Amino acid sequence: MIELRYFAWIRERIGLNGESFASGAKDVSSLIQELRLRGAPYDHVFADLSGIRVAVDQTVVEFDGSLVGAREVAFFPPMTGG
Amino acid sequence: MRVRVQTEAFDAGVELDAFSVGLSDVGAVVSFTGLVRQSPEGDLIALEIEHYPGMTERALKDLRERAITRFELSDALLIHRYGRLAVSEPIVMVATASPHREAAFKGADFLMDTLKSNAPFWKKEIRKAGEAWVEAHGRDAKALKRWESS
Repeated sequence: MIELRYFAWIRERIGLNGESFASGAKDVSSLIQELRLRGAPYDHVFADLSGIRVAVDQTVVEFDGSLVGAREVAFFPPMTGG
Repeated sequence: MRVRVQTEAFDAGVELDAFSVGLSDVGAVVSFTGLVRQSPEGDLIALEIEHYPGMTERALKDLRERAITRFELSDALLIHRYGRLAVSEPIVMVATASPHREAAFKGADFLMDTLKSNAPFWKKEIRKAGEAWVEAHGRDAKALKRWESS
């Protein structure tokens, strides 16, 4: 099981702060494919990844980032702090 | 605590005084405070700031350590709020201390540029006409690039 976390518009579009998900994915791209196969709203949310960033265990990674040993994956838009 | 993530408002003057006390090797203290700015249309009611608890604190602590090492700062302070903030309320404050002013100025500048794109905060504007997430600016990415080569 992997813990998924969603923030900002992604959280709103999915309608959840997060969820546990049984995934066999070895990297972030494969996890996104698994999520898209669940249908709406995931297929729409993850259709265009240009506005999406990802962190594995609270460290920002690219979409080819490994999920080996990962406990938590977060999806969010580019950060807008300050 | 030199890194704080909080909902409560802060008094930048009080924070700066507390930060500046008892720094014997320091000749320069620089601070920056970011406020909620009214929109050009004048219809902004509030900002809602969301963050990623756990990662936010880690990212800010890491950023502080990087600034201290890179600019040989004597000390650095970062405060960032989240939750609902009304127009003109303080959002963020950074302060830096160093023996001479150049490092303190540069350190504060670096902290703000880097924080904007690397600390997991997201702002939503609550306007009379409705709500919208603030999009990341190209100018923020450009500001961050300044620090890559130098």
